[in-house]
Amino acid sequence: MQEDITPRVIRVIAATQHIPAETISAASSFEELKIDSLDGINIVFALENEFDVNIPDDDLKAIRGVPEVVEGITKLLRQKAEQAG
Amino acid sequence: MTARRVAVTGIGVFSACGKDTAGFWESLREGRSAIGPLDGFAGFRITTGAQIRDVAVEAHFSPKELDLYDRFTQYGLIAAREAVRNASVEWTQELRTMGGVVTGSCLGGKPTEDASFRQLYAAGNPRVPPMTIPKIMANAAASAITMEFGLTGPSFTFSTACSSASHAIAHAFWMVRQGMLEVAIAGGSEAPFSAGHLRAWEALRVVAPDTCRPFSRDRKGMALGEGAAMLVLEPMDHARSRGALILGEVVGAGMSADAHHITQPSPEGAARAMMLAMRDAGIGAGQIGYINAHGTGTTVNDVTESKAIRSLFGSHTGSLLVSSTKSMHGHALGAAGALEAAATVMALRDGVVPPTANHLGPDPNCDLDVCPNSARACAAEYALSNSFAFGGLNAVLAFRKA
Repeated sequence: MQEDITPRVIRVIAATQHIPAETISAASSFEELKIDSLDGINIVFALENEFDVNIPDDDLKAIRGVPEVVEGITKLLRQKAEQAG
Repeated sequence: MTARRVAVTGIGVFSACGKDTAGFWESLREGRSAIGPLDGFAGFRITTGAQIRDVAVEAHFSPKELDLYDRFTQYGLIAAREAVRNASVEWTQELRTMGGVVTGSCLGGKPTEDASFRQLYAAGNPRVPPMTIPKIMANAAASAITMEFGLTGPSFTFSTACSSASHAIAHAFWMVRQGMLEVAIAGGSEAPFSAGHLRAWEALRVVAPDTCRPFSRDRKGMALGEGAAMLVLEPMDHARSRGALILGEVVGAGMSADAHHITQPSPEGAARAMMLAMRDAGIGAGQIGYINAHGTGTTVNDVTESKAIRSLFGSHTGSLLVSSTKSMHGHALGAAGALEAAATVMALRDGVVPPTANHLGPDPNCDLDVCPNSARACAAEYALSNSFAFGGLNAVLAFRKA
């Protein structure tokens, strides 16, 4: 599942930041991508739309880069699937 | 301290009449109205307005800036950049600390608000884009301009409907005069063409079905316009000592409230604002040669403004030239006073009064020389620019030829 999520997360970040997807890797941190807190809010919004999930405010604090985003989205999608199932 | 004289050393304009000051002023001098069929609003009862054609904002901003700025902020920034460029401001850290931005906006980011809330109300999507708030706030343009030039002095935004930009320029002028600012970027910007907002104007039934014909017989109302204008104001002494090209001088500002009616203007309130602007400038009614009128083209405004001018100027009224440039750039609401201040400064500088375009013939209830349809030579030393807002909040600026 995580294999599918990572490229989608990267695509969302690239589109929101107007940077080429090739400059983002599965290990990229927001700091090295020069993503500030306002950018982060835009990315969260775009991720919620992309994956149709609601990202709780508390989860935002833990996000440092792509790995935490992928991990968080994976968790939310699993919860969503469990609730649906 | 002694009050300082205040020079206009830069003007920037982004409007339907021209995307820079030179283009704007050339259109106005030639009486070319930019009011025409509206693009993008098929089926609306309002069919005309002064839209900026081929806006091409992509040429002015990075993709990230475009994400962050509503159209009214973009217009304001474009105008501010031109004004600062024309003024050839020599920035120092000290000047930036004593530099401020004062803007007018009636609406804030209506296009963004419309688009964001359409998602919520029409598409039922509760996720409203997170940049909605910073994009729609009325001070977004002022804030963006402070960041663009690194200005850290007092900066703020007036929202007094159609008087917003005149209130803004007046306060910037006073702050430079009093020594609170060493340089000010002052003006207004507006982007009124969005569906919800246009429908609201339709309901008010003051927008003309044909075009805007201020002070004319058979006039049918106003026409909306979009755009921005910004002035660079600085102390006259400083402008002279650095050899800046001085375009004009702000000499006074007057304000009043009608305390009368939410949409109907009162001649007393308008006359009082003009009188106070002249008193602030230390000049008499007989010294004014030109008035850039509020002149919206509605039946009521133009009659009321004519009465106000006649009551204040008495026998001098016959020697006054009056015109409404809204007949060309449309009524740009919170930017109107700035576009008209730019036109007034240029009129004094070149000794040419721009006409009232689209004029069909005199209305006996508007017995002023409104320079119908062609520009007029004018040797005036002083001029007024009138702004009378819905809600009865009036602001008038007084300018002197450089």
